[in-house]
Amino acid sequence: MSDTKKDNVLVVLQLSGGNDALNTIVPYSDPLYLENRPVVRVDPERVLPINEAIGFNPNMAPIKELWDQGKVAIIQGVGYPNPVRSHFRSMDIWHTCEPDKVGTEGWLGRAIRDIDPHKENVLTGVNFGRGLPRALAAPGVPVASVGNLETYGVLTGIEGADQRSQALDLFAKMYSSKLGSSLVREYISQTGTDALSGADTLSTAPQKYTSTVKYASDTVSQYMRNIAQVHLAGLGTRILYTTAPQNSFDTHATEMAKHPQLWQDVSSAVSAFYQDLKEHNASSNVVVFLFTEFGRRVHDNGSGTDHGSGGIAFVIGDAVKGGLYGEYPSLAPEKLLEGDLHYNNDFRSTYATLLEQWLGLDAKPIVGGSFEQHAFLS
Amino acid sequence: MAENDIALMAHLMRRAAFGAPYEELETRAAKGYEATVEELLHPENQPDGIDMDVLERYFAEWQGMIAGGPALWTWRMINSKRPLEEKIALFWHSILCTGSSKIQHNRQQQIEFDMFRNYGLGSFRDILLEISRDPGMIFYLDNCMSHKGAINENYGRELLELFSMGVGMDGHPNYTEDDVKECARAFTGWTISTPIPRYPYGVYPARFIYNPADHDDGVKTFLGETGNWNGEDIVNIIVKQPAAARFISRHMYNFFVADDVQVPAWQNTPPRDPEAIKMLEDEYFRSNYNIRSMLRVLFNSDFFKNARFAKVKSPAEAVIGTMRLVGDFTTPKPGLPAIVAEMRYMGQDLANPPTVEGWHTGKEWIDSGTLVERINFTADQMGNTKLPGIRAIINRLGAEGPTLSPQRLVNGCLQLLGHYAIPEETRSMLLEHLQTGGELRTGTEDFAQRVGQTLQLIVATQEYLFA
Repeated sequence: MSDTKKDNVLVVLQLSGGNDALNTIVPYSDPLYLENRPVVRVDPERVLPINEAIGFNPNMAPIKELWDQGKVAIIQGVGYPNPVRSHFRSMDIWHTCEPDKVGTEGWLGRAIRDIDPHKENVLTGVNFGRGLPRALAAPGVPVASVGNLETYGVLTGIEGADQRSQALDLFAKMYSSKLGSSLVREYISQTGTDALSGADTLSTAPQKYTSTVKYASDTVSQYMRNIAQVHLAGLGTRILYTTAPQNSFDTHATEMAKHPQLWQDVSSAVSAFYQDLKEHNASSNVVVFLFTEFGRRVHDNGSGTDHGSGGIAFVIGDAVKGGLYGEYPSLAPEKLLEGDLHYNNDFRSTYATLLEQWLGLDAKPIVGGSFEQHAFLS
Repeated sequence: MAENDIALMAHLMRRAAFGAPYEELETRAAKGYEATVEELLHPENQPDGIDMDVLERYFAEWQGMIAGGPALWTWRMINSKRPLEEKIALFWHSILCTGSSKIQHNRQQQIEFDMFRNYGLGSFRDILLEISRDPGMIFYLDNCMSHKGAINENYGRELLELFSMGVGMDGHPNYTEDDVKECARAFTGWTISTPIPRYPYGVYPARFIYNPADHDDGVKTFLGETGNWNGEDIVNIIVKQPAAARFISRHMYNFFVADDVQVPAWQNTPPRDPEAIKMLEDEYFRSNYNIRSMLRVLFNSDFFKNARFAKVKSPAEAVIGTMRLVGDFTTPKPGLPAIVAEMRYMGQDLANPPTVEGWHTGKEWIDSGTLVERINFTADQMGNTKLPGIRAIINRLGAEGPTLSPQRLVNGCLQLLGHYAIPEETRSMLLEHLQTGGELRTGTEDFAQRVGQTLQLIVATQEYLFA
């Protein structure tokens, strides 16, 4: 494929738990919305209008600002055939692009393999948060998974700077030795060496970083700050990933208290991240993709909403052609799918767009087929 | 006590259990190898030492845990006095997989894990029958959606492919697509009392129900035998097959003896040690499919005794082995979920394998992310000189005399960790690193720190990744 996209960077923010699409981009003038949401609704008066039909949740003001600058693509009615309402299975489908069988390779793991087939840079993909999301997993593809960038590394529990640095020298020696080794030992040696060099390089990122932008203290904000640090350090990282923790968007109960806070956190994190890159003149080659595993039921349950389908996703950045993509799903009872919003565009269309138009990769083998692409990138 | 007897005991305990502190190795070695094998194989002869009353009365954090799920299981693996009972439950959980991602109900899975404890060392026939009746499994593989005249093949297929025979062996397939369908037909009517997910009904475990009205009682031909088969008949036919003997023997070998190729390759890739597999297959038929008898043959065999460090530890073995060695979490206290989460960070989300195929093992446990998690967790624990297990190592080495040479420090630590063997090259690197501090004066806090650091370096070696 063409290498003109070789510096483009994709940041993925996973909103785990199933974000309530109807209370995110709100169909505020639709009487069916008010009828279905007697309790768990956004007051139409407070919505930040996009047009006469829909508008942003008022807690998304920082994203609305980016929308006004034409930097936000809203992917409406996104989903996949025969929607699954189990968090983990549905997230797996988004991660592996395998709606019919259980897959183990992640779409971004494959993308990293295609970007860097000879594993020249062990930091081509970096995840923030502990444990690797399946989206980034593919056999033989090294991806660093960083719980805390400030303290990330091998043998972090060894006390004393001198002691630790000597221990790391020893570690490097022990893992570079391939004397009389089997294939398994060679693999493990290489893995240890990769891990160490990745950690060494990553640890330089916070030191190089200065910024006037203040991030909030929530986990998403802090990880978005880490993502900015790694991007700005120029380590050649192309895919950066993080997850809103604890399945927090799973608002079965007390949604009216939780959902606004979640979007305040996410919106301010994304906005701070964008301002930060802007301040460093490093925003042009970065887009941020926000997704969730499903939307929630059209009708509320009196205090929250249960698992549904037909969700909403966002792509945000300088290179984005702001606008509405896909269709806003109808709330008319005959248009619903088992009481849920009916998806009208496959998530793999969005993936294919990002992979081909942004990262310059052949999307077909990664997402498992041909999907019509959106025009959200300029 | 001869050190090579202790080294052999360390090997047995790493595989049949989750490792053991040196003092326990000495006691067991004194009892004898075969006596220890028998003791491990008969968990019913002693209490498990798990005091549920204490757990139930403990503070709020434990309320959710005692219902079941990975935290309770972790606790049991760390503390059970019947370690093989837990190990065999883990063995079956890795083969007869259900996942919390779908079941979302800890108590329901707990019922299944308890079944593995109760039946896991018994007859393979009984285990297959029990898992076919397990409500968690029936839900996980959709057998409750399989009806007379409208079969759902999911359970029927996985029973053959992943639970009992595998797709093929010696280059030929073990069953046909028709066998899958007939198998699924025979299991129609095997269903559950209530839907399992928590929402909206709450957390009531489901019961197994046999619904004769929904059972297809037509004639079926399965693996060449024709009759009006029900699920139980299917299990009886399966366990007679050479393929079942091969399947369970290879799984046992891969789990207890040495890393072999992954299950999907078994149709065309012969076993790593065909003679060992033959011994296990013979015992399978001789003992009427008895898992305990097969394990007795396995643990007492030369092929097992010689397979030292031939397996990459699973994350459960790495984490539980570490906890048992350092002697932490022997009484309830906050922080257990963080220990459970370590296994997930290392790639093994207990009670939630990635697919019904279970976890891929061997070198596939290791990637640059999981390796860092594993080494850091283990080194953090080993460097904590306040923990009783580490204290014991310090005291034992300290008791050898007023001073200790760096050579003895390295060798003593390797020995007390369970006779780890490292190549000469690695040993001299370690020694060179430790030599800078010179001879050690025992009984000082500096000595304790140096022992802790030596342990940290040893657990960071490639060799320590293996069991």
